[in-house]
Amino acid sequence: MRRVYLDNNATTPVLPAVFEAMQAYFGEHFGNASSIHHHGQETRAAVERARESVAALLGCRASEIVFTSGGTEGDNLAIFGLTKPGHHAISSTVEHHAVLNSCKHLEASGCEVTYVPVDGRGQVDPDDVRRALRQNTRLITIMLANNETGVLQPLEEIGKVAAEAHVYFHTDAVQAAGKVAIDVKRIGCDLLSISGHKMNAPQGVGALYVRKGTSLRPMLHGGSHERSRRAGTENVPGIVALGKAAELAREAFARGDLETMSLMRDRLEQTILSEVESTGVNGQGAPRVPNTSSIYFDCIEGEALVIALDLKGLAVSTGAACSSGAIEPSHVLTAMGMPPQRARGSLRFSLGKQNTLEDIKFALSLIPPTVARLRALSPIYNKKEAVSS
Amino acid sequence: MAATKTIAVAMSGGVDSSTVAAMLRASGHNVIGLTMQLWNQRRLAGHEGMPEAVQGRCCSLDDVYDARRVAETIGIPYYVVNHEERFERDVVRPFVEQYLSGRTPIPCSLCNNHLKFDQLLIVAQQIGADALATGHYARVEFDDQLGRWLLKRPTDRSKDQTYFLFGLTQTQLSRTLFPLGGMMKPEVRQLAEQHGLALAQKPDSQEICFVPGGDYKKFLDAYLAEQGESLPDTAGELVTSDGEIVGEHSGIHNFTVGQRKGLGVATGSPLYVIQINGGSRQVVVGNQEELYSSTLRVHRTNLIPVEDLREPMRVMVKIRHRHEGAVALIEKSGEDEILVSFDQPQRAVTPGQAAVFYAQDVVIGGGWIA
Repeated sequence: MRRVYLDNNATTPVLPAVFEAMQAYFGEHFGNASSIHHHGQETRAAVERARESVAALLGCRASEIVFTSGGTEGDNLAIFGLTKPGHHAISSTVEHHAVLNSCKHLEASGCEVTYVPVDGRGQVDPDDVRRALRQNTRLITIMLANNETGVLQPLEEIGKVAAEAHVYFHTDAVQAAGKVAIDVKRIGCDLLSISGHKMNAPQGVGALYVRKGTSLRPMLHGGSHERSRRAGTENVPGIVALGKAAELAREAFARGDLETMSLMRDRLEQTILSEVESTGVNGQGAPRVPNTSSIYFDCIEGEALVIALDLKGLAVSTGAACSSGAIEPSHVLTAMGMPPQRARGSLRFSLGKQNTLEDIKFALSLIPPTVARLRALSPIYNKKEAVSS
Repeated sequence: MAATKTIAVAMSGGVDSSTVAAMLRASGHNVIGLTMQLWNQRRLAGHEGMPEAVQGRCCSLDDVYDARRVAETIGIPYYVVNHEERFERDVVRPFVEQYLSGRTPIPCSLCNNHLKFDQLLIVAQQIGADALATGHYARVEFDDQLGRWLLKRPTDRSKDQTYFLFGLTQTQLSRTLFPLGGMMKPEVRQLAEQHGLALAQKPDSQEICFVPGGDYKKFLDAYLAEQGESLPDTAGELVTSDGEIVGEHSGIHNFTVGQRKGLGVATGSPLYVIQINGGSRQVVVGNQEELYSSTLRVHRTNLIPVEDLREPMRVMVKIRHRHEGAVALIEKSGEDEILVSFDQPQRAVTPGQAAVFYAQDVVIGGGWIA
């Protein structure tokens, strides 16, 4: 069966060049990067080269990069590493669960958190962030790109609010790295998390940008790795992969690959909207990353549509992978003011570097007839049709 | 089945449904495994005396894991579909309300009617399946003469689940397969072994899936507390059938017809719960003889081999799942009502339960005891 993968926001394949770059570090150059002998020196060098590559992607110094096990760890490290009981933090209602649940834990441990709302397009108002500031606000944590809708937040303005108030500013950039250019100085953030497996490196590796001078408490205690910010023997193959993936991402930007991806996404989106009735884009009108399209299909259950498409070879999702099977419709779509029925009928299409126009055409050949079949069998749709005819 | 079909299998993580999936796959059909996520077992864990450790049976996380492993072993796609909201609305809520009005509910029949053979059947069709197969011990056949689908008792009488399936409509039956209908349980376990299924000896789940441990009273307390509702005060009097007050009780949901324990009344001869009156909050108690009824009425009836009960019919009636059945005359007694008149009086007819009618192997239908 021909299989087309349009769920790149869940995870991405490791690019051949990335895989190749890793291989030497399994058997050939395997030393512990902290060992003083030749084997350690080799892998230490590889780790530091990767660090510079990631720093170049984010516009910071190599010494400001801490390697982690992924986006979740980076988010946790930023949030728990900067706050203490009695502090106040500001976040938003559309964050990834790694941030939201960390904030909930803060609330259960003597901190207070304000969750700034978003408008119908999914964007935060920087003035709301400013108004939420308190005397004991310690941290603002607001994501750069949303994993479900792809909507970009106005981070530069939020950065200004944080700077004026002398409050730390962290951003979860997991879904933005490799998709939009990131410059931590321009954004004005103090910390920024990225994840390898969202940008063609393997699962299990990520990085946290920590601006020089930030006093961050480590979560993992042990050796003095990562300048005593994150103990644990370095995942050398993973880190090498992340470094290579960062290099390829920069090259892709330079080549204009992301513009091409954006056009393919737009074509997929616009064709669905014109060929299938009662559909629309979630986050319409907001700036978005170039690969994501969250579309609602009225009168169907998104879950059933995802399954039906999967059985035909097309892989997409209803929202975040980690919340599949959950009872509530997407908290992101709900925060954008969407009624539950429409939220439950939403699908997320997310393109990757490996997707071609043929993949888009394949998807377009399947989606309209599958939606039609679901609607024909849906009691809600038929009731609505009966009423309106 | 001659031609290759696409068949969805409702997989609970138990031996029966797992074996069905393996059998259908081995016959060359395109099989899709589905588990319904109906109730979050963690929701009430530890509340109001509910068990801390989640050892819920049927469709718990462990059971989903087992079902997924079976799917992987036999090589079929597998999905979990979430219908928690509908389950709570159509099964759990009525369960609570029935107990609070003095009836003894059967959630499994409601689940069959609203979830398994309605919601799940729709999903199965939506994803391209021609039919839905389950591990129920029952048989479905098309009768050419009548031009209707029939539901019949299985070969393994000890596992007969047709009592819970009386509500199935013609449309539902036309799209349902019960591959285990002609098999004995030990045979099924053997077949599971042959197919290399690790759970071939897994014990059967007997209880209500959302009441682990079987203590429905703790469940009522925990559920109502979670909903922010207090257990309504249905305390009242214990009375005889003559109306004489013989004691007090602390809530009608603590009783079921035929119950002997927990009455707190000491008299010479044993006393049983005869009737529970939700309105007056009275629990009528009496001796053994009073526990017998010659008739009962059922509402919300469903008939399978026929559209309507035009004439009275002599059938075998079960008033509980584990009732051996008794001969009775059934006749239409109202718009959606059937009167059942037993040849011999039957013990402990319980409102909330179902009365299911059989003619030999054929399930004629049934209804809910008023």
